[in-house]
Amino acid sequence: MATPFVLICGRSARQGRGINEGKFSEAYRSEIGRLRMASDDMARLGWSEGQRVRVTSRFGQVEVELAPAGPDELPSGIVFMAYGDPSSRLMGADTEGSGMPTSKGLDVDLEKL
Amino acid sequence: MSATRKIVSDATCTFCGCLCDDIELAVGDRRILKAKRACALGTSWFLNHVVDDRPACHVRGKPATVDEGIEQAAEILAHARYPLIYGLSDTTVEAQRVAVAIGDWVGACVDSTTSVCHGPTGMAMQSVGEVTCTLGEMRNRGDLIIFWGCNPAESHPRHFTRYSLMPRGMFVSGGRKDRTCIVVDVRRTKTAKAADGFIQIKPRCDFEALWALRALARDIALDPRQVEENTGQPLRVWQDLMDRMKSARFGVLCFGMGLTMTRGKHANSEALLALVRDMNRHTRFVCQPNRGHGNVAGADNVLAWRTGFPFAVNFARGYPRFNPGEYTATDVLARGEADAAMIVASDPMANFSQPARDHLKSIPYIVLDPHPTPTARHAAVWFTVAAYGISAGGTAYRMDNVPIRLRPALPSPLPSDEDILRAIESRVRALKSGDEEEPPLR
Repeated sequence: MATPFVLICGRSARQGRGINEGKFSEAYRSEIGRLRMASDDMARLGWSEGQRVRVTSRFGQVEVELAPAGPDELPSGIVFMAYGDPSSRLMGADTEGSGMPTSKGLDVDLEKL
Repeated sequence: MSATRKIVSDATCTFCGCLCDDIELAVGDRRILKAKRACALGTSWFLNHVVDDRPACHVRGKPATVDEGIEQAAEILAHARYPLIYGLSDTTVEAQRVAVAIGDWVGACVDSTTSVCHGPTGMAMQSVGEVTCTLGEMRNRGDLIIFWGCNPAESHPRHFTRYSLMPRGMFVSGGRKDRTCIVVDVRRTKTAKAADGFIQIKPRCDFEALWALRALARDIALDPRQVEENTGQPLRVWQDLMDRMKSARFGVLCFGMGLTMTRGKHANSEALLALVRDMNRHTRFVCQPNRGHGNVAGADNVLAWRTGFPFAVNFARGYPRFNPGEYTATDVLARGEADAAMIVASDPMANFSQPARDHLKSIPYIVLDPHPTPTARHAAVWFTVAAYGISAGGTAYRMDNVPIRLRPALPSPLPSDEDILRAIESRVRALKSGDEEEPPLR
């Protein structure tokens, strides 16, 4: 069953270093292919680190690996992904006249695979 | 590992908008061996560039000469009906200037990564203005530093130590202990952990929070229940922040894409710029958009002094027009309008929405990038260029619009962005004028 969350996409230090190591490097690809979730939410859902999760927005769908967020980093109901190809696939094309697609605060549904 | 051949002092790291210009590089035969004083991001930037024997040009995936690539690129651009020139934020001012000239010759849309960064802030500046300062003033005067929707601990790691929190400044002689730092964000980032206070707001509620602060700045009474419902924090938290802001001697509000990429976008930036303007009724207060790419501020400056507009510029009618949402790269691509493109130092095939990527993949485009990327992989013509700041010289603008001359440390046989763009411009001019021997001066 799909569970609704709000997705925040952003920069991470590991993703920043990964850009320099190469967009096709393992370090970069693993960082952008990871979804961080509050430990409380993981416990509530019975999900664990390393599990594959399907993330679905109104505009796209990706499969990523689940990882616990740092202590107190994320409140319940919010998940985080580093900027990259998977997070961009969840963005819509409409920029509402601004030129900027919405990539923070996206409504997503999560399913354990 | 090769031995150190030379030491280059005061090199500039062009990875992020801080443009730290105090880096000492130990340079070997084919790579930089050590980057003293660089942060983790800067170290990986310097140490992952290697002088090797890669071809300087690929045409449709196959190695080609630079001359062949120039000819192909010029043909693509000169014969396009609605070309797009995009990227530009990780190259020099000198290269940006030539890219804009090419856009003028071919009637292109010219847009930089600003449009998917602080583009909404640029729109807000046009309606509100910007009360700002240099990073040097922040360092020497700032006693209240607020980070709103940004995470410099991970995106600009030396921001704290060089400019905002740690330095002993002329009027903040005690350094960190003379400064108060507050973070406003939807998640407790690493930046929040370095702060004295953290205000966690609800996602998509920055606009409401900023307007609550604007009201408090003018002593307007607010409904506590509504404020908490709208922002996720009780009114007393915002009142406490406003009291601190009013009592600061020099307040600084640094903000990031937590505002521009979420609901509200330019309206969020507008609210923040207006709040900072309002605060100057009480004390000295400034703001500073934290800029990501090394020379994204340069792209804004160059486009502004070449065309009058900072991004989303269209030359189709022979004169520049500005309209975010219409002439911004992701929109032009997602609507399927561009029939050719030139991407300079950017990776839209990894960063744009799927409809925009699908269209880019369907049209001929040129890429200038030092590294293989998903965008370079699908290019009709890909020039492997010398990395700016490492192997190519020139000028870059720091996030506070201070221009800094680069000191490239690692010589490379690869051409610079500027070299390639000048050659393309020359050929485009010839093709557009129909007189290949002697193109007219413009």
